[in-house]
Amino acid sequence: MKGLHYHYQVPGDDFTRAGEASGAIKAALKKLGFSPQVVRKVAIAMYEGEINLVIHGGGGEIDVDIDGEKVTMVLADHGPGIPDIQKAMEEGWSTAPDNVRSLGFGAGMGLPNMKKYSDEMTVESVVGEGTTVTMVVKLV
Amino acid sequence: MTLGEVKTILDAQLLCGEELLDQEVHTACGSDLMSDVLAFVKDQAVLLTGLMNQQVIRTAEMMDILCIIFVRGKEPAPEVVELAKEKDLAIMTTTHRMFTACGLLFQSGLNGGVHIQ
Repeated sequence: MKGLHYHYQVPGDDFTRAGEASGAIKAALKKLGFSPQVVRKVAIAMYEGEINLVIHGGGGEIDVDIDGEKVTMVLADHGPGIPDIQKAMEEGWSTAPDNVRSLGFGAGMGLPNMKKYSDEMTVESVVGEGTTVTMVVKLV
Repeated sequence: MTLGEVKTILDAQLLCGEELLDQEVHTACGSDLMSDVLAFVKDQAVLLTGLMNQQVIRTAEMMDILCIIFVRGKEPAPEVVELAKEKDLAIMTTTHRMFTACGLLFQSGLNGGVHIQ
């Protein structure tokens, strides 16, 4: 299969639009005939990441590459960065502001969920510069 | 049971998704926290919630949830209903509170799905 590439800009100031990119990828994977399990893993992992871009990163960019073996998602922002990645990976640990909690998020499940639904995940972050999360979902 | 039966049991009002009323559903979940829905829900077709924004629809979309029921008589904004239509989801509202709405459906045979490990 020839590699496919998708690129999305995620605006940082409009929470109501968070999830548009993930919805588009979900629809594209479904159309391409991927299994429901793969489609759901990618959709949930990317959606959590997209929400994080909006909540924490001030928006950012998502690049998705699909080849015959895997779906690779790279989510990059130029936000404040994560001082303690290990802490951020703990379930229930959250730095989200109260207004985000009232929207149904910010329970400290985002990064753990992304790890749970992807087969590989790496988080690179520099305080004051930004964060890049790479997630891989294998097709087989 | 069908989504039509769900509607009857909850004395609910259907806001969109009439074409889904014949769909069979077996499991449901109730939560106001979308993070938890994304973390713990597995194959549940119905989401009961008191949260009223677009992210409820997007969460349902990612989780393959067919129907969202807004409890406590809450009316979603028109743009929330529009997004649900776009995503082919059904939306209902019921005046029952969360606990009662979940209880009524459970009593009628809908269950919570797999136990969380």
